[in-house]
Amino acid sequence: MTHYLFILLGAVLVNNVVLVKILGLCPFMGVSKKLETAFGMGAATTFVLTVATGASYVIDHYLLMPFGLEYLRTLSFIVTIAAIVQLTEMVIQKTSPVLHQVLGIYLPLITTNCAVLGVPLLNVANGNDFVESLLFGAGSAIGFSLVLVLFAGIRERIEGADVPVHFRGVAIAMITAGLMSLAFMGFAGLDKYQ
Amino acid sequence: MITAIAIMALGAVVLGAALGYASIKFKVEGDPLVEKIEAILPQTQCGQCGYPGCRPYAEAINKGEADINLCPPGGAEGVQRLADLLGREVKPLDAEEKPKAIAFIDEQTCIGCTLCIQACPVDAIVGAAKQMHTIVPELCTGCELCVPPCPVECISMEPIGENLDNWKWKYPVIELKKVA
Amino acid sequence: MLQLFKFKGGVKPQTNKTQSVGEPIGVAPLPSRLFVPLHQSIGGTPRPLVAAGERVLKGQLIGGADGWISAAVHAPTSGTVRAVAEHVAAHPSGLTTLSVEIEPDGRDEWIERTPIDHGALAPERVRERLREAGVVGLGGAVFPTHGKLTASKTVPMEELVINGAECEPYITCDDLLMRERAEEIVRGVGVFRDLLQPKRVLIGIEDNKPEAVAALQAAAAKLGENFAVVAVPTRYPAGGAKQLIRVLTGKEVPSTKRSTDLGVQCFNVATAYTAWRAVAHGEPVVSRIVTLTGNVERPRNWEALLGTPLAEFVALGGPKPDTDGYLMGGPMMGFAMPTMDAPLVKATNCIIASSPALFPPKAPEMPCIRCGECAKVCPHELQPFELYWFARAKNFGKTQEYHIFDCIECGCCSFVCPSRIPLVQYFRFAKSEIWAREKEKNAADQAKARFEWKTAREEREKAEKAEKLAKAAAAQAAKKAAEAAAAAAGEAAPAPAAAEAATNVPAATNPPLDAEAAKKAAIAAALERARAQRAAVEPKNVDRLTPAQQKDIAEVDARRQQAGIEAPPTAPEESQP
Repeated sequence: MTHYLFILLGAVLVNNVVLVKILGLCPFMGVSKKLETAFGMGAATTFVLTVATGASYVIDHYLLMPFGLEYLRTLSFIVTIAAIVQLTEMVIQKTSPVLHQVLGIYLPLITTNCAVLGVPLLNVANGNDFVESLLFGAGSAIGFSLVLVLFAGIRERIEGADVPVHFRGVAIAMITAGLMSLAFMGFAGLDKYQ
Repeated sequence: MITAIAIMALGAVVLGAALGYASIKFKVEGDPLVEKIEAILPQTQCGQCGYPGCRPYAEAINKGEADINLCPPGGAEGVQRLADLLGREVKPLDAEEKPKAIAFIDEQTCIGCTLCIQACPVDAIVGAAKQMHTIVPELCTGCELCVPPCPVECISMEPIGENLDNWKWKYPVIELKKVA
Repeated sequence: MLQLFKFKGGVKPQTNKTQSVGEPIGVAPLPSRLFVPLHQSIGGTPRPLVAAGERVLKGQLIGGADGWISAAVHAPTSGTVRAVAEHVAAHPSGLTTLSVEIEPDGRDEWIERTPIDHGALAPERVRERLREAGVVGLGGAVFPTHGKLTASKTVPMEELVINGAECEPYITCDDLLMRERAEEIVRGVGVFRDLLQPKRVLIGIEDNKPEAVAALQAAAAKLGENFAVVAVPTRYPAGGAKQLIRVLTGKEVPSTKRSTDLGVQCFNVATAYTAWRAVAHGEPVVSRIVTLTGNVERPRNWEALLGTPLAEFVALGGPKPDTDGYLMGGPMMGFAMPTMDAPLVKATNCIIASSPALFPPKAPEMPCIRCGECAKVCPHELQPFELYWFARAKNFGKTQEYHIFDCIECGCCSFVCPSRIPLVQYFRFAKSEIWAREKEKNAADQAKARFEWKTAREEREKAEKAEKLAKAAAAQAAKKAAEAAAAAAGEAAPAPAAAEAATNVPAATNPPLDAEAAKKAAIAAALERARAQRAAVEPKNVDRLTPAQQKDIAEVDARRQQAGIEAPPTAPEESQP
């Protein structure tokens, strides 16, 4: 049981997909200007990522492996992810048009979010079973949402700060992201007590 | 080889069917976003954006046909708010920003032709045929649509100066120390 | 002894009140000119009732209250109206406002004054009298008093709080008024009490004014009133309405509610005094007590006429040579008077001559270090440092999330800020921006509604016109068809007119060549008539008419027809052979 907890916690904090693995930076920089859009994007990505890890595990183990088609892995994962993203987009457009408009291009771009493809591939590489895969996917997604929301909160406050002219906008955001990444490095110490 | 093609085809069929079902199930009617865009527009109905009113402009923005910087009465601030709502880049206004003004009819010159009354989109002009017309200042949005139709050019735009009703506290400025 | 409560926050600045209490209230001499602004209270701007050249008597109505929440304005002395024009207002902006300029004639002749017995009159009449007398809250908010004197129907009135706290430094006008005219204040409070019927009356006075407390206690005892005159601890802003209510009753007024929702109403002592003068002496508010203090030779309280220009008023105190400006109000909440021409108004409780020694220029603003001192002293338990952050970034939505509109601009936060940030100025800026936006939004909504109405109306008119045209055309066609049918029946000859007129009738597409064709044309014409008739019945709101109304309509139609104004709806019938 603790084994699962460690996978989840490790994915959220220690091996944070954005700040430690440096995956999925595009929405991290792009959709973190406002807290509420960050929440929306985090929720959408969490949903897509969790479903995608589960689906890709099923496809990998019951469709590709029995026929020796592992070389089609990347292709079939991408197709699955794309379909899930489309589905999510339709649901969001129906339920929250403003969020849909605000997320704009970043929503379809979840398809090409390297985190969403990277996590299923890492699952395969680590040889995780189904539950582990799902936990790893959910943990990574929660980690992604967590840092996205934290970062959006910081950026909202930076709006009001006296940032030197040449550092305004993306520059200060990058510096902030770097500092956050450094801070998350501190979680690496958690595994000492594993 | 054949297995690979079959498997991929199977996947395509299953996913396609799921998406097709979802697109029917989650069909979106109308567009509530237009309302939000329209709420930001100043409702002068002036047509300076090139669309016949604020609502058509809002629809055009929503469809992506129009840019967000075409509304001079909304000013730079309106552009900013549209950009915030839609997550687009802020652009400089595509026209000169004018100080707020309302129309004024020179009652000596007015011949009572009612052309301005027909032009006013918000019914802010009172008058009848061959009677003098006048503007109800509280209702005038300053759209200038009444100015061109006037055959005797008796309508002018009077800027609204600062008065006790619209006076605002200024942004506190940090006074630099005088170097004597 | 009444149990007292505490309000959160607050500061204890130097009170500086002793300078101006040495001498009794003086009566300011008549100035050479008076500029009485018409808009002196919250609510509608009174309409000017006098014109240039007119002679007015002291107490004569010169501005009539406009709307219920509005208070009348009166001539402060007898004299001649020189102008009704824009004059600089007692306002930080230095902008002008419509004012009545009066040249006093020196006789100070009162208009006829009619006292009323408030006990014998209906409460509405008493409120009416206060409105006509221009009685407004003299504590600073200048809200028309009559608007606060209607007891809530749902919440029983429990406490009437009378505010004599006068917490701002330097100001002593209420203190002197309480010392010298305690009896009239108590009588005025009695009027309020009779109107509101509260369970108890509490008069709160800061404990640094023992003479005022004693005077009011003596007056209440003398008049046999059971008002509790309570000394409250001296702490700024104990004189804020919500703070005083908290201290005296323990009730905390939530931001979304008014004190009346909790059964509490609050008035200033000077308001009670003017109310009594208005009721028992028929005197409208034409003067008020103003403290003249600060950098002057003779600080003192003066009973000054409203409209007295600042220059003439401050001359009474003898400003010292290094005076560099005048504040209206106290040092915490007041503002610098824009010019020396600005008049004294109902809200003017104090004029402080400032000098660099008295109010040294502030050292430059430093960055906020988030020490939280401002949050500690805020009497409304806001977080000024957060408000400041967002107000400075012009993020007004966030300032509202942090409840900027609960800020009473008391200035405690600016007072304690170690970085000397003018916090209140930022809040005022944010508030007025938000108000302006709200106004714009409302105007836009109104414009939109009007535009939609206009569009709908135009559509309707267009539809009506089209319908009328169609009707006329149908009638025309029917007539021609009928004529053609008649002609065809008589002569059995081709009738090209019928074919031409009834092109939309399928039967008429073939030129009628014989009697049978003529019959067809007749049928077509009949069909056409039926259709025209149906069209004629179409206008709405005529389907449920009484026989009498129908008769009226028929008559009108007949008259119209005679006058040849429009094609009558019954035209097809007439064309019948």
